[in-house]
Parts: sequence; structure tokens; C-alpha cells
Amino acid sequence: MILLTNVTKTYNTGKHNQFTAVDDVSLTVEAGRLTILKGPSGSGKTTLMALIGCMARPSSGRIQLHNIRTSFFTGADSRAPLDITSLPERFLTEIRRTTFGFIFQQFNLVKGISALENVMLPAYPTGESQGAFRRRALELMELFAVARHAASPVEWLSGGELQRVAIARALINNPAIVIADEPTAHLDSKLSREFMEMVGTLKAGGKTVLIASHDPLVYDSELADTVIGMRDGRITGLSGLS
Amino acid sequence: MIQHPAILALTIASLMTGLMLIYAGWYGTWILDKWDLHSGSELQLNLERRTYLISVILSYALLFQIASLFLYIFTADNLHSQFTGAMCAAGSLGVNSFGYPVLILKILNCLLAGVWLIINHVDTRGYDYPLIKAKYGLLNVLVPLVLLEVVFQFVYFFNLKADVITSCCGSLFSTDKHSIAGEIAGLPSGPMQAAFFGIMAATVVCGMVFFLKKRGGYLFAALSALTFLVSSAALVSFICLYFYELPSHHCPFCILQKEYHYIGYALYATLLGGTVSGLGVGVLMPFSTCSSLSGVIPNIQRRLAATTLIMYLLFTLIVVWRMLSTSFTLG
Amino acid sequence: MSTPLNRHSNILDFALSSLLRRKSKNFSLLVVYTLIVFVIASLIFFVQALKREAAQILKEAPDMVVQRMVAGRHDLIPVAYGEQISAIRGVTAVSPRLWGYYYDQVFGANYTLLVPEKNLLEPGSIMIGPGVARNQRIQAGDMLALKTSRNIPLLLTVQDLYPSSSELISSDLIVLSAEDFQTMFNLPAGQVTDLAVTVANPREQVTVAAKIAELFPDTRPILKSEMLRTYDSLFEWRGGMIVVVLAVAVLSFIIFAWDKATGLSAEERKEIGILKSIGWETSDVLLLKFWEGIVVSLTAFLVGVVLAYGHVFFFSAALFEHALKGWSVIYPQFKLTPVIDVYQLTVLFFLTVLPYTAATIIPAWLSATVPPDAAMRS
Ligand SMILES: Nc1ncnc2c1ncn2[C@@H]1O[C@H](COP(=O)(O)OP(=O)(O)OP(=O)(O)O)[C@@H](O)[C@H]1O
Ligand SMILES: [Mg+2]
Repeated sequence: MILLTNVTKTYNTGKHNQFTAVDDVSLTVEAGRLTILKGPSGSGKTTLMALIGCMARPSSGRIQLHNIRTSFFTGADSRAPLDITSLPERFLTEIRRTTFGFIFQQFNLVKGISALENVMLPAYPTGESQGAFRRRALELMELFAVARHAASPVEWLSGGELQRVAIARALINNPAIVIADEPTAHLDSKLSREFMEMVGTLKAGGKTVLIASHDPLVYDSELADTVIGMRDGRITGLSGLS
Repeated sequence: MIQHPAILALTIASLMTGLMLIYAGWYGTWILDKWDLHSGSELQLNLERRTYLISVILSYALLFQIASLFLYIFTADNLHSQFTGAMCAAGSLGVNSFGYPVLILKILNCLLAGVWLIINHVDTRGYDYPLIKAKYGLLNVLVPLVLLEVVFQFVYFFNLKADVITSCCGSLFSTDKHSIAGEIAGLPSGPMQAAFFGIMAATVVCGMVFFLKKRGGYLFAALSALTFLVSSAALVSFICLYFYELPSHHCPFCILQKEYHYIGYALYATLLGGTVSGLGVGVLMPFSTCSSLSGVIPNIQRRLAATTLIMYLLFTLIVVWRMLSTSFTLG
Repeated sequence: MSTPLNRHSNILDFALSSLLRRKSKNFSLLVVYTLIVFVIASLIFFVQALKREAAQILKEAPDMVVQRMVAGRHDLIPVAYGEQISAIRGVTAVSPRLWGYYYDQVFGANYTLLVPEKNLLEPGSIMIGPGVARNQRIQAGDMLALKTSRNIPLLLTVQDLYPSSSELISSDLIVLSAEDFQTMFNLPAGQVTDLAVTVANPREQVTVAAKIAELFPDTRPILKSEMLRTYDSLFEWRGGMIVVVLAVAVLSFIIFAWDKATGLSAEERKEIGILKSIGWETSDVLLLKFWEGIVVSLTAFLVGVVLAYGHVFFFSAALFEHALKGWSVIYPQFKLTPVIDVYQLTVLFFLTVLPYTAATIIPAWLSATVPPDAAMRS
């Protein structure tokens, strides 16, 4: 479970171009559910997901993660919620690496290396042996039906294949939470539907999924448990369960 | 000034280290002043990014320092033929009054940089960077010392003048101008041996106690430092003699030579390594109560203490082995 | 199992693949880097080898040479001095030496004329160094004409040539008999060029030298050790001229490395952004950069050193022999004995790898600290 309390993110504080991208947001993301952020362009969805995904620190407010294991919080407080608000980047990265998997709008695959290497990339700095995560990567590629492209450079893959390689990469470190930013922006409706099926698989596998999108195919999907509307950095509406 | 590639190399290296440390020190004071982990402000994020740069700089600086310590001795040794009366590095270093201060500064800076990296390593394990003040406080001590070393080294090299027959034939017949660290060399070898083995034994026992019972960290650190001083004196006073098998050759540098199978490197490496980790144990003591480090520090301290023990025991082993295996005896 | 060792090997793996992926950019860096290592290594090896050769020559030189000084200049010394010197305690032997220089106007070359200590040669026959033979285009059995100080040609038969292995010592040498030397230069009777003094105990050399200087205030005793030192500093000085050049080279290399490291392509920037966004930490990226630097540096260092080794020891430092040894018509063409030691390699390392490393630290850090969320909007 992720708990946000009065979270604000301001860019360029004190300068003439000061801009508040996320403004006083409080919300809860339930574990094992599909939560969707919807809103027009510039409404702060990406920024909010970056804050949740331990990529950036809020200017104010608190973000807490429940049921997270880390190497640096030891002893009695390990089951208490983890306040990530003022953690330095070094520790945020550790959490991000073990807890979150990311699927980006542009896929963000590294050109010039094979699809398999791309999938393995997030595991390199974990200190796991290459043999172990290579096996896992191949399994994941098998699961998403891109195993036969494992050795091809990513430049050769089609849009849908790229998407599936990106999903496999997001899952390589076995994260509890998957975050996807506009995952269907570059896909046609057939591929988008396929993507939502894969999200269903993830959800069935017990993952918490968080998607930002303004694609009705996504936010009108029956898989969605919660849909959060955003505008100008604020939450405008909440629908669904919870 | 003698023009020699090694002198150029050392000067370039020290200038680079100096510049890098000025940079690190500048941002270090900035961090000391403005650090506020609870702020998500751009300034704070900027400072946090700087800490990475500073640790990288210091790691490289330590490597450069260690390399330059040995290159410095090596170069002094290489240059001895340029000075009337100099037989090895000891003579070259005594050519002007800056040679030995530079050496001492280099050793001190190696130790301090080592300790700094230990603190840094521990600090980056605590999610609230609890040692940040101590770390950058120490950096503020280290930077002036390194700069002093840069200046001294430059002055030392600048004032090196080779005796060349065409310019000065009077120097031909000058007798030995330089005596080798006379006072330490003159220490009586009997009591010195007792002191050396005594302090080693005390440090090892104290280290064991600390390792097993986690007590006496400060004492252990103090003893490690003392061991360093006593061992250095012992090297000059009697250990070297066993390696040279000469009753009056006290030079602590010749053992670094090929003739003695580079054994000096093993001796100095173990001594420096042991001292740095021993000091590290003491430096970490006041922080072992930090909540974010409570799981980290005791482990690291134990590992450091073990390192010190191994290093010092190796050092002693080499010495004892030599004393027993050589037919040379101190008369 | 998660281990720091795995982390290093994984990241090293990726570093290698990154380097190979950007072949053209890294290749030009590698070429310049190797070239710098090559030039500096050649210089260091060369000067060091020359010093060693010089030391080799001096090994054969007498412990002490006594010269007479007149008006501050080297002059002939009476043989009679030698008798008194041999009476000093500690002196084993004193032998008079005859040697001098001869300038050949036709061929424009300077030769060293030397009379050997033992009478090796009949009057009329000589032995010459390979440099002389090349310069005069003569061989064993040929005749060589020298002009005496009275401007009369003196015809000498070349009995033998010195082998080229000793070329540095003997290149410009003409060894002749004492009689021919006398004919050539017409020295006053009872005078020689200088005296070679042998002292059995090296510790007494300085004392003996002091006694000689006291006995004959117009002489200058020169110890072998003193000569070694002069040679050393002479090479040092020549090396020193080069040191200035070196410093400039190192400096421009630093600037080049800095420029290369800061001039990251958009592609690379994007790649690092992606790595950061998928869970690489700043220190992981720094480690990546560190391994890239190590790989580049070691490759350049090894290749540069091997090339320099070949250049100096198999091609006799063909690229800068003139600069270092001075212009001379009968420049020796010799093979230097191949020797390099750890010390030279360390100095070389300090002059090349260290500047490169220092120059790339800040650029590497700059590229490693892109915010992780930057990759989410591109
Ligand atoms: N580093 C930054 N500096 C200044 N402003 C920024 C920065 N990053 C984002 N913004 C601004 O914050 C606002 C919210 O951006 P964000 O990317 O979160 O919107 P979004 O809802 O994801 O939009 P889209 O649907 O187009 O992806 C935008 O107006 C953007 O210009
Ligand atoms: Mg967006």
C-alpha cells in the first residue's frame, strides 16, 4: 500500500519560472489493485508517478510505503510503514530497484544491444550473478512471447514487441509494484487491448499496478479498480472501489 | 631544480590531487553549511549529488596518494647519485629541509584519506547520512594538509640542485653531509625490540577482545596508532638491520629495493593498512549509537579490527621470520 | 547470491559492451591516448637506456683521473706528477693516458684519438669505430689519411673495426699507437693528456683525491662517481628539455580527454538517463565510467608501452635520436640493450593514466547525476 499525504512538487523554487506540478495531493494506492491516473496533458501525472516510484523527492508532504523490505532499515521498525519523503537518492534507488518496475511511454530501451540484454539491464547493479538473472529474463521473454527476438537488437523489433520487452524488463527484479506511464500512447487499439490483457496477468499475479493514461481503453477498462482524475496538479475526482 | 620525468610526474600528480581536493573542500564547506536532508529543495538535491563527486575524488586522491608516496621514495632513491654523499633515498631526502616533512605529510595524508573513506563508506549506509558533519569536518582538515604537501613537495624539488663537477669542484671533497635520522637509529636495539613486541602483543590482545566482546574500541584505536609509531621507529632502529645484515645500515628505504626482494612494500603496506583500519574502529565509536547505523557499524568495526589484526600479525610475522632465518645477530 | 564482486563483473561487462558499441568515438580517443603513452614511454626508455650505456662505459673507466688545469682550462700534465702520486698511500697504480680530438675537414666529422694503455698496435696501424668506418667509407685493410699538426698527411692502415655492439662507446674512436699520436700532435716531451689513478679501497678515494689536490694545486682529480653524476645530470638535462615538451603534451592530453569526456553524445546521455530510470544508482553509473576508463587506459598503456619498447630497442629510437643526442655526423647506429623496470613504468603511469583519470572524473560525475525521472519525459 502507498500512502500520500499533502504531497507537493515544485520545480525551480524561488525562480521566475517556479512551477507547481503536483499540488497538495493526498491519496492511497491499494496493494494488489490496478489504479489509474487520468487527466489532460500537463496535469502532473508523470510527476506524481515519479514521486511514488522513488524517482524524485517531493518538495513537501509525505509518502509512505507499507510492507517493504530494505537492507538499510533493520531491526524492529522493519514492519512499520517506510517514510521515503526525505530519503537520499542512494536509498530511494534501492527501494525503486527492488520494489518498482517501470514501463515508459517511449519504452526507453537501449539501442545497440539485444532485447535480452535490455531485459537484464535493471539487474546488473544488484550484484546478482548474471547466470541467474539471464535465466529469469529468458523466462519472462517466453511469458510475453518475445523469446525468439532475444538476440536481436531492439531496433529490429516492432512497436508491440518493444512494449513486451519493456514489460519483461520492468519485471526482471520481481517488483511488487508496476508503474506504467502512458503505456498505450504508441500502440494501436489492438495492441492496446493486448497490453491491458497483460496488465490483467500482472494483477492476477498479485502485483500492484499504477497506470497514467488519457486513453479511454485504459481508464474505462473493467480491470481498473480505482481511477483518479487529475488537473493542474490536483486531484479532481476519484471513482471505483476503495 | 633537477629535471627528471619522475619529478614532473610527482608534481603533476600533486597538482591534480591538490586541485581536486580544493574543489572537494569548497563543496564540503558548502555542504557543512547548507545540508538539510529533510528539504526536497533543489539546493539540497544539488548538494547530495555533490557528495558523490566528493567521494569519487577522495577515492582517487587516496589512490594517487599511496602511489605517490612510494614513487616519492623511489625517486629520492633514484636521484641519490646526483648528490655528493647521498647513498640512497635517505640522503636525497636530506638534501634540503623539505624532504622529510613531505614524506611525513604524505604518510599522514594517506592515513587520513583512508580514515575518511572508511567514514564515507559507513555514512552512505545510513539512510539519513548521519556522519555527514564528521565527514566534511575531517575533509576540512585533510584539504589544507594535502595543499601543504603540494607546496612542500614543490619547494623540495625546486631546491634540489645537483652537484656537477664543471660548476663546482669544491663539492667533490665535501664529506658526508647528511646523517640518517640519527636519533631514531641510535635508539638501543634491546629495549626497542621489547617495546615493539610488547606493543604489538598489547594491540593484538586488545583487538581480540574488541572483536569478540565489542569492548575497548577507543583503546584499540589508540594502541593501533601507537603501534604504527613504535613499529616505524623499530624499523629504523633494528628491523632493517636484520634485512641488510649490516650492523649500522639503518635506512628504512633500501628495503624497498629489488636487492631485498621488495620486502619493504609488504612491510609498509601491512603497517599502513593495519593503522588505517585500526584508526577507523576508533573514529566510528562515537557513532555506533546512531539508529540508522546500529546494524551497520558493529559489523564494519569488527571487520576493521580483524583487518588490523591480520595486517599487524603479518607484519610481525615477516619481522620474526627474518630475525630467525638470518644468521645475522645484533652484537 | 548478491555479492559486490558480481556487481563489478556485471557492470564491467556492460562497460565493455558500451565501449564496443561506440567504436568510432572510442577509437579516436584510444589512438591519441596510445600515441601519448608511446611518445612519453619512448622518451623515458630511451634516456634510461642511454644512462645505462653511459654507466657501462664508465665501469671500465679508471677510478680517478688527474688533469692539470692552466688558467682554468684542461692542459697537458707532466708524467713526473705520476711518480709522486703513486707514492701516496692507497694508490695502487698510476698510468699516463694519451687522447685527443681530431677534426676532419673533408668529411666534417670529429674523431676521438686514443692510445690504448697496453701497446696493442704497431706504429702505422689503427683500429676504428664503426662510425668512422661509415663516415670515411673504409673497411679493415684500407688506408686512412690524417693531417698532423704540421699539416703533413699521415697514412694509417686500418687493422680492425670495433664491433657495432659497443657502438655508443667506440663509434667515433680511432685507436692508434703512442708513436703515431706523437707524430699527429707533437706533444712536448714528458707530457701526457691526463693520468689514470687506481685506488684499491673505494673508501680512500676521496682522501687520495684530497691529497693530490693538496700536493699539486694546479691539478683537478675527478672521481668516477663524480663523472657518473655529471653524465647523469647531462642526460637528465637533455631529458629535461624533453620534460618541458612532455609537460605540454600531458597538458594538451588532459584537455583532449576532458573534451572527449564532456562531449557526450545525445545518444549516450539518453542511455545514462535510461539506466538511471530503471534502477541504476549514481554510484553504479560512476562505476560503469570507472571501468570504461580502466579498460581504455590499460589498453592504451599496454599498446603504447609495447610500441615504445619496439621503437627504442629494436629501431634505436629512430624518431628522435637527433633531438636527444645532438647533431653529429657520425651518430652511432646501435641497438640499446632492452631493459625497462617498474620504476619507469610507474613514472609513465603517473604521466599518462593519472592525468587522464583526473580529467574524466568531473565529466563522468556530471553524466552520472542526471535525475532519474528525466527519462520519463523525453
Ligand atoms: N523539471 C521540470 N521543470 C519545470 N517544470 C516541469 C519539470 N518537469 C515537469 N514540469 C512541468 O510540470 C507539469 C506537469 O508535467 P507532467 O509531465 O507531470 O504532466 P503529465 O500529466 O504527465 O502530462 P502528459 O500527459 O503530457 O505526459 C508540466 O507543465 C511540465 O511542464
Ligand atoms: Mg506524462
